[in-house]
Amino acid sequence: MAAIANNMVVTAPTPPIAANTTALTVRNLSVFFGDNHVLKSVSLDIAARAVTAIIGPSGCGKSTFLRALNRMHELVPEARMTGEIRLFGDDIYAPGIEPVIVRRRVGMVFQKSNPFPTMSITDNVTVGLRLNGLRERKLLAERTEQSLRMAALWDEVKDRLHAPAISLSGGQQQRLCIARALAVQPEVLLMDEPASALDPLATSKIEDLILELKKDYTIVIVTHNMQQAARMSDFTAFFYLGDLVEFDATKKIFTSPAKKQTEDYVTGRFG
Amino acid sequence: MELDVLKQKLLTMASHAETAVNQALQALNQRDRDLALRVKEDDRVIDQFEVEIDELVIQLLTKAPLASNLRLVTTAMKISQNLERIGDEASKIAKRARDLSQEPPVKIVLDLPHMAGLALDMLKGALDAFVNNDPAAARALIPHDKEVDTLNKQIHAALVQHMVENPDTIGRCLHLMVVSKSLERIADHATNVAEDVVYLCEAQDIRHTGIKSQAAPPAGA
Amino acid sequence: MTAPNHRWRKFKNAWMQAVTFACAILVVAPLVLVFYHLVKEGFSSMNWAFFTQLPKPVGEAGGGMANAIVGTFILLGQAAVLGVPIGVLGGVFLSEYGSSRLNWWIRFTADVLNGVPSITWGMVVYALVVVPMKGFSALAGGIVLGLMMIPLVMRTTEEVLQLVPNGYREAALALGIAKWRTIVQIVMRTALKGIVTGVLLALARVAGETAPLLFTAFGNHFWTHKLTDPISAMPLQIFAYAISPYDDWHRQAWAGALVLLLLVLFVNAGVRVLTRDRFQRKA
Repeated sequence: MAAIANNMVVTAPTPPIAANTTALTVRNLSVFFGDNHVLKSVSLDIAARAVTAIIGPSGCGKSTFLRALNRMHELVPEARMTGEIRLFGDDIYAPGIEPVIVRRRVGMVFQKSNPFPTMSITDNVTVGLRLNGLRERKLLAERTEQSLRMAALWDEVKDRLHAPAISLSGGQQQRLCIARALAVQPEVLLMDEPASALDPLATSKIEDLILELKKDYTIVIVTHNMQQAARMSDFTAFFYLGDLVEFDATKKIFTSPAKKQTEDYVTGRFG
Repeated sequence: MELDVLKQKLLTMASHAETAVNQALQALNQRDRDLALRVKEDDRVIDQFEVEIDELVIQLLTKAPLASNLRLVTTAMKISQNLERIGDEASKIAKRARDLSQEPPVKIVLDLPHMAGLALDMLKGALDAFVNNDPAAARALIPHDKEVDTLNKQIHAALVQHMVENPDTIGRCLHLMVVSKSLERIADHATNVAEDVVYLCEAQDIRHTGIKSQAAPPAGA
Repeated sequence: MTAPNHRWRKFKNAWMQAVTFACAILVVAPLVLVFYHLVKEGFSSMNWAFFTQLPKPVGEAGGGMANAIVGTFILLGQAAVLGVPIGVLGGVFLSEYGSSRLNWWIRFTADVLNGVPSITWGMVVYALVVVPMKGFSALAGGIVLGLMMIPLVMRTTEEVLQLVPNGYREAALALGIAKWRTIVQIVMRTALKGIVTGVLLALARVAGETAPLLFTAFGNHFWTHKLTDPISAMPLQIFAYAISPYDDWHRQAWAGALVLLLLVLFVNAGVRVLTRDRFQRKA
């Protein structure tokens, strides 16, 4: 455990990612919950250092798809998958690979912000590092400041780092969760409707934050708010009833989609 | 639904514009002073439509329309602008028709009726293409703009010739030159509307490409 | 709305209110009655000697229940050592691991055990521990109380862990934290107050058990120096004094009962204080 932790936290600079690199290649991904065929043979490429939005009506499988990218769907007992997902070339479902390892490279932020209530702000940020073996105080402090800055929260909390995390407002808590996810230095950040529980001002802060983050991270975001997807993403994938209906540059999807289903959904004719 | 209201308003405005051009040309042919005056009056209606449509478009944009709705809203604005200009040109023709009706007709053979017919056909074709969501029909009429331009040049040259030879007809010939120019403008605006219809239906921007008779792309919307 | 109907509804309302109020009073009344009696009979005997002296031989006045009080705490200590780890970890298993079928059976068993009469527990431990050891002992007493605690602590721990929102588990796992670490350092830490509450309440409950101790700890007039010797405990001493013919011992029994009740009261109050919401959460 410690060896892995050391491997991960010694801050080697991230190898420069060339433009137009693919971060995640998904091939024929199908997910079953028991007999329920939730995702049907999905294939697409997630571009690195870009924002990819996943849209679709409720029950279309977009959250399941997101969770398959960091093996979180395995938390459901009867879940199984077929197909292949590669993270910068590495097969994340290969037999010897522990889900824990994958999740350190692919982080996740949830819809409802969930900072750990028994911990302070700084303890929350460093929890992913500490519980994986990193104890060096100086490094932890550095990483705390770095992550809170990246999450645009540092200025608001730098004077009260030891205050309980739950004393923050809703929008701040969500940014704290983002900082917590960033602290383990993932390569990809998955976000499941991160702003849907927030008021408009907090939402726009999160959106600005994402636009900043995409310079260094690959981001995949599930959203039911199409204007948000149109504002923030470079690529958009439209799912319907478990199928990937259309995947293209955001501009194309929202000005002249190729498939009629996409057109109908985007113009509000259903869903 | 407000998008339907928008389309309705555009269609109504279009029929007003078409009528205006028709009536202006009729006033010119039949030397009908009263009809000419009516066309000028009715232009106010067309202008009012442009204002209403612009307001409606702004309102719709706050709802952040997407895909075909977005294209409808943006082209609605442009089409209404073109229709308003067509109305203005019709007004100009009507004004000259009124002036010409006060004086004896000029003895000159001009291709003006042919040109008027072409321009009217282009206008009608563009508006029908909009009503019927028919990008192919829209593409088809675009090449005719060149014809109209050529006719305008010919008429211009003939009138200049006539004026040189018959200086007492200069006043009336100048009126006719303006009419010809207005018809050429009407054809241009009709072409713009046709290009907007193609964008609306196919999301293809064919303006200024020079390849005005481009074939339709294989994948449909 | 006709006037008579309105009057009838008002009357019904008032009647229901009166009836439910009376029932609530009826619930509280026994506690007040018990408390009043205990204080009346026992308070006078609660002197310094009561807490520090051993029982005097038959016939002599005075003496106290010092060894019984200490004995109770020794037994509870042993019970905790046995009951808390097994109970808590059992609760963790029920909440975080296992299959729904297996867990259903485990829960069913625990609930049945919670309903087993305490005297039965005593007899079982008598057969399993006292007989092979050829004697009553503090150890046996601790074992029986510990065994009684296990299903109780297991169920309360499970329930408290289930109250921890799943979002915390998911957030921790998504950070790449291993499952067992998530459970111990995130889930259990969040539920800690609840777990401690469950343990304290279980201890308070078994503190007053008399019947099982009759077969295991047996009682002792003197200080116990080895865990393998019989030991005194408050319920035992109270029982012995209560059925005796001596007034002095009766008074001491009342005092003992009062002390026991106060112990239970303080534990419950303490639990309430510990679990109050310290911060006002922002929306």
